[in-house]
Amino acid sequence: MHLILFLVFAGLCLAGAINLLLQSHPIDSALSLIVVMTSLSVLYLLLGAEFLAAAQVIVYAGAIMVLFTFVVMLLNAGREERTLGSRVARSIGFPAVTAILAVIATVILHAQGLGVARLSDGITSTEELSAVLFTKLLLPFEVTSVLILIAILGAVALARHSEGNEDSQGSAEGTGK
Amino acid sequence: MNPDLHLWLIPLLPFAGFLLNGILGPGLPKWLITTIALLAPLASFCVVLNASLGVFGFLPASNSLPYVETCPLLWINAGILRIDFSFVLDQLSLVMLLVVTGVGFLIHVYSVGYMSDDEGYARYFSYLNLFLFFMTVLVLAGNALVMFVGWEGVGLASYLLIGFWFQKKSAADAGKKAFIVNRIGDFGFLIGMFLLVANFGTLTFSEIGARLDANPAWQGGVLTIIALCLMLGAAGKSAQLPLYIWLPDAMEGPTPVSALIHAATMVTAGVYMVARTHVLFDHSPVALGVVATVGAATAIFAATIALVQNDIKRVLAYSTISQLGYMFLGCGVTAYSAAIFHLMTHAFFKALLFLAAGSVIHSIGGEQDLRKMGGLRKKLPVTFAVTTVGVLAIAGIFPFAGFFSKDAILYAAFLQQPNGKILWFVGLLTALLTAFYMFRLWYMTFLGEARSPQGHAHECPWSMRGPLLILAALSVCGGWVGMLRFGSFLAPSVGARITEAGSYIPFSLFPVPWEVILSIVAVLVALEGWLIADKYYRRKPERPAQLAAALPAGYKLLANKYYVDEFYGAVVVKPLLAVSKFFLEWVVDIGILGGAAWLLGGVATFTGAILQRWQSGNLRSYAAWLAAGAAAVLLFLLVPWATVLASLPAIHLGMAGH
Amino acid sequence: MNSFFAQEVPLSWYLLLSAVLFSLGVVGFLIKRNLITVFMSIELMLNGVNLYFVTFAHQWHAVKGQIFVFFVMMVAAAEAAVGLAIIIAVFRARATLAVDRIDRMKL
Repeated sequence: MHLILFLVFAGLCLAGAINLLLQSHPIDSALSLIVVMTSLSVLYLLLGAEFLAAAQVIVYAGAIMVLFTFVVMLLNAGREERTLGSRVARSIGFPAVTAILAVIATVILHAQGLGVARLSDGITSTEELSAVLFTKLLLPFEVTSVLILIAILGAVALARHSEGNEDSQGSAEGTGK
Repeated sequence: MNPDLHLWLIPLLPFAGFLLNGILGPGLPKWLITTIALLAPLASFCVVLNASLGVFGFLPASNSLPYVETCPLLWINAGILRIDFSFVLDQLSLVMLLVVTGVGFLIHVYSVGYMSDDEGYARYFSYLNLFLFFMTVLVLAGNALVMFVGWEGVGLASYLLIGFWFQKKSAADAGKKAFIVNRIGDFGFLIGMFLLVANFGTLTFSEIGARLDANPAWQGGVLTIIALCLMLGAAGKSAQLPLYIWLPDAMEGPTPVSALIHAATMVTAGVYMVARTHVLFDHSPVALGVVATVGAATAIFAATIALVQNDIKRVLAYSTISQLGYMFLGCGVTAYSAAIFHLMTHAFFKALLFLAAGSVIHSIGGEQDLRKMGGLRKKLPVTFAVTTVGVLAIAGIFPFAGFFSKDAILYAAFLQQPNGKILWFVGLLTALLTAFYMFRLWYMTFLGEARSPQGHAHECPWSMRGPLLILAALSVCGGWVGMLRFGSFLAPSVGARITEAGSYIPFSLFPVPWEVILSIVAVLVALEGWLIADKYYRRKPERPAQLAAALPAGYKLLANKYYVDEFYGAVVVKPLLAVSKFFLEWVVDIGILGGAAWLLGGVATFTGAILQRWQSGNLRSYAAWLAAGAAAVLLFLLVPWATVLASLPAIHLGMAGH
Repeated sequence: MNSFFAQEVPLSWYLLLSAVLFSLGVVGFLIKRNLITVFMSIELMLNGVNLYFVTFAHQWHAVKGQIFVFFVMMVAAAEAAVGLAIIIAVFRARATLAVDRIDRMKL
């Protein structure tokens, strides 16, 4: 059972990821990414992380991807144009990626002592998670909330229309209204 | 044993005057500058007087010489070489100091009047005090290195004072010429010092003297070389052949400067140095011969040039070169005390002549050409009187000062074996020429009728008249101390005169008939010179022009100073400039330095241009490089390179085997 | 049947999946031409890494691994918000989302 579930959802993940690369319209890529994230959520559940599975759906698929979709629609992004590629990206980037994948795969395959995952393995309860999160790691937690606050402020400041348009100098392309 | 003489005060007081007037000078009121400037040499002179009174026995506690003062701080302490700051007062330096500080002070007083209208008043006196500082250091030096400090320093002061009116190109050029020609001589001095260190291990005069006295058989060889090197230095400083060319040009400076530096004191530093290191010369007959020959040759050479010069200061300059030749002649026949005697009397009458010339120039508004003077006797009576005294003294007429000293040198030359008589004859001829041109100057300046309008020529103020009168008095009676007493006074420091028989011949005026005869001959020769000058410049003034027309080539040769400057210019200066221009300007400056700068700049620009393409702003290429970097790090960390590299040959061999 | 259904999955498969997702994210970063899509590739990378953490949290029964994933999610959220705001500002200034046209930060 575990195996079948794993194969199905891992396949969905990969399919979604590859689709993200192959689509030319950003909205299609966004939807593929949502597929990836929900599949990952199931995989988390298979590995016994129930809270993370829920958080993945709520935060990632439900909030972040929605934000992406909003922005795509706001900016009315169209299909990608065929602009000049970057020779450097292709000539240096691809070998680099291949090298990274090869090294990590080799390490993983030669690792000793990796266990197995079974359906019968216990699930880490949310209670356990929070016990550690709110006691031992309280400070990072609070700092993270400050971080999010800063992010909100930053996002608001960056994205709003500036009244009078005094600081949009230099570019003659005008503002996208 | 002695009361403390505080020798260190003698240089220090003028140095303090230099600092005060140099730094604060422009802001101080004129009377204050004058006071500081005059107080320094006067105080120095008083210290010297104090020392000399003790020596001459006028004080209850008499000092014994030599008196050495050493600074407790060692200057150089390197291996065998130990050099300290030491000042030595012995008979020789005492005489020199009296001359330097005494005449120096008188010339300071004269300058107050002469330079009163000049805007560089404070600067002038600070330089003059600086000169006095260095000169006293030179005289008091106990070892060659301290003397060299003074040596260079007086060269510097001379440069500053010759080029005092530096806005005038000729003055600035003359200053440079003096300094550069001196440097050539200083090179000789330096080589001499190096050889001294190599052979004696010390530069202290007393130690060198002791070492040589202990080895009377050590003659010639390396000692000759050292002596000749030192003579080169002396030739540069004292304007002997072939390095005399700077002295006539040095007349661009103010006249008191010419009097002090280029007549009385600095140019005599060479003679002083030879006298100081006389033990070296005594052990080297070759060097002595060279010194005597150079001295005699310079004497007559300069005298011939002075015959036809028309600038009053130039006549006196060549006269100085000629008289310095006499002093070196004296040194060359080991009559060092006679040379110093002549140094002293020459200081008196030459300074007097220069200052009187300054008075003449000052009174007729800056005119220096003899052909435009004349008839100044009535308008400048005091100057006329003192100039007469000076001219009689330099001509060597009894009983003025020049007679005694010049006669002593000529007598010593006469006695010298084997070629002394030739030197004596040359000296006699020079005396004839000296009398001639000095009286020529006297006639053309003061007697006869005025050859050009002289306006309101007036006698000089008392600040200028006082020193003139004092120097005139010294020119009259300066020789009366007599060579006998002078020689025996100086004997402990410069040695008695050595003849090949090794016995001491006392100088005295009467018992030895040869000396009397020679003195009478010298006086007659001087009078003959006067008569010739009288004939040419008073009774028949058209004769000089006729003579010049009859011998045009000869006249031109003399008037153009034997074209020596032009010769040096073509042979030395031009090639040097050409080589410099080629080598230093093209090869070094443009080629090496410019090339290096260009290279550096080029490398930076080039690498910058290459690296600039990396910063393309393209997001994807940045990402690619990031990925590449990450891959490199991962590869580096996770791959066991040691085993991989070790197994490479095995793989290669394995593949080759298939 | 029971054994088939109760079969276990070696954890290395999860790790391999994670590595592949990460590499796909990098490839996406390199080849996509729309700025927003590039940003999505970054999110893909982050997710791949999250899977890695969760796998090891399962291996060592360490809750801290899962907490780390939690923090990564939070940071990713913040980053997405700010990043998208920046993209909006860039779009307003340059009126284009093509990555190759936004290259003014160069020498």
